[in-house]
Amino acid sequence: MSISIEQVNKRFGDFVAVDNVNLSINTGELTALLGPSGSGKTTLLRIIAGLEQADSGRIQFNNEDITGQHVSERGVGFVFQHYALFKHMTVFENVAYGLTVKPKKFRPSKAEIAKKVNKLLQLVQLDWTAGRYPAQLSGGQRQRIALARALAVEPKVLLLDEPFGALDAKVRAELRRWLRRLHDEIHVTSVFVTHDQEEALEVADRIVVMNKGAIEQDGTPEQVYDHPANPFVYEFLGNVNLFHARVKQGQTTIGNVQLASPEHINGDEQDGFAYVRPHEIEVFKAPVSDGLKVKLDLVTIVGPVARLEVLTDTEQQLIHIELPKEQFKQLALAQGDIAWIQPRYSKVFLGEGI
Amino acid sequence: MNWYRSFSSKRVLPGFGISLGSSLFFISLVILLPITGLIVQTAELSWAQYWAIISDPRVVATYKVTLSAALVASAFNLFFGLLMAWILTRYRFPGRILLDGLMDLPFALPTAVAGLTLAAVFSTQGWFGQYLALWDIKVSYTWLGIVLAMIFTSVPFVVRSVQPVLEEFGPEYEEASATLGASPWQTFFRIILPEIKPALLTGTALSFTRSLGEFGAVIFIAGNLPWQTEVTSLMIFVRLQEFDYAGASAIASVVLLASLILLFIINGIQQRYQHITGGVK
Repeated sequence: MSISIEQVNKRFGDFVAVDNVNLSINTGELTALLGPSGSGKTTLLRIIAGLEQADSGRIQFNNEDITGQHVSERGVGFVFQHYALFKHMTVFENVAYGLTVKPKKFRPSKAEIAKKVNKLLQLVQLDWTAGRYPAQLSGGQRQRIALARALAVEPKVLLLDEPFGALDAKVRAELRRWLRRLHDEIHVTSVFVTHDQEEALEVADRIVVMNKGAIEQDGTPEQVYDHPANPFVYEFLGNVNLFHARVKQGQTTIGNVQLASPEHINGDEQDGFAYVRPHEIEVFKAPVSDGLKVKLDLVTIVGPVARLEVLTDTEQQLIHIELPKEQFKQLALAQGDIAWIQPRYSKVFLGEGI
Repeated sequence: MNWYRSFSSKRVLPGFGISLGSSLFFISLVILLPITGLIVQTAELSWAQYWAIISDPRVVATYKVTLSAALVASAFNLFFGLLMAWILTRYRFPGRILLDGLMDLPFALPTAVAGLTLAAVFSTQGWFGQYLALWDIKVSYTWLGIVLAMIFTSVPFVVRSVQPVLEEFGPEYEEASATLGASPWQTFFRIILPEIKPALLTGTALSFTRSLGEFGAVIFIAGNLPWQTEVTSLMIFVRLQEFDYAGASAIASVVLLASLILLFIINGIQQRYQHITGGVK
């Protein structure tokens, strides 16, 4: 089931939540709507579900206009951040709910419902919880039940609103890998909302980056990460260092460091700014000819990674660097030492910077 | 000594002894002592005398009037109170805060004032009463008036019990139900009602208990015709006027017993539901 969103607008009073969004989502795709809070991603998801009405614009499922359809007729599965399991019902009753509220002539028999619910509980690997109440399950288990409940009605599209947002880090990582595998198994067109770039990069087939109600970039995780369309996307997808630079004929100069930037081959010398990710910086103990002289200000070792904060010699600018712990040990640098750094790669945008 | 130490010292909150002691003292003073007095006074009677007093036909007639009126009033409050709580929590409209405040008026208003006012507006010459009289419906000085007074004085119990539960019961449950294809009615009966049922039952039972004992508002509108519109609490008052303290206590003990049984039922309801929905967090 493909989804097409055409010129959708939504305001809450003076606040523009969704600003003229156009987007089409292909059948069977797992798409992430990624953005900071207040970027309109949840509102857009709720408009697709029919939980919110757009002020203008159209929503189509498989080229059928469903803008005016009530949420209960759209056939969407919706998973909420805080699960929204019905507390007074057992797990079995929760999953069966969508089938038992069907009009009599479409409602499966009791035996069919039981069979289907058990199959779904097996799919989410929680068949042993059928008789329990939601209060007796952990957060991760509740969210899997919520997913089974949403799938029970065989939704045309599955919509997930920050599905892992309320879970702790380890369960979250487990569950998103599990969701990825589940999606490979059932191939239902899915859209999920997240503010966690790592989650989006890991789970999604396609990432739609949103900011202030509009779409900033739309592409595969690799495209979005490696070729960010603009500074916002670059900054949002992971940590970055910002350097002021001069750009001239395919050469970018940061301090006394020269980097090739073939995308800006034409034009006179002008101001630009270069983004360098923390792991794209090389560190040297001895002076290198085109390196920046820095002072090692803070070292933290987080598991296998050494995170350094260094101050540049001239501008006292703070730069974040990440490198494998082993490599850092070999450098034999201590806090307070002088070192030289060299960006390996940078993404250069013209203009004055943000 | 171990238990003593664990209770008296090394607590984060100090003052366990004095706070528990003073609470128990006041509970004894205002609740236990009067109840004991009631029992002692009733104990002056033999079982036969006791039975004769509480099964006196005129008294039995008051049980019927009180019970039937309280039942109808609390049944009405179940629906009306739920409706009010629903409106106050689910919609935003001008004057909502005022309406919310007005809900407590029956508690704040002296019940005698409420009774007098209701009797006036519903009497056959009153604002509403004159139109109801056209349909041959009399409210003031009839059983219907008793029901009305009970409704008025006890509706806040239902509203104030249900309102916080509805407020806490986020819209995502209703949304979840709708996305699963349920109609608004299915959502109400299968999702919302089970969730608020304990609070609704508690509120209704409290409203019923209050109605059983309502005196001030009822006597002004009831007309107090023996056999027809006398309530049980009025009977107690009548016995006291006759200096028949033992008789008054005997009838009061019946009301007390009924209220106690109801309170236990209310507690039972609450515990049962807590067990299911909040047992393990």
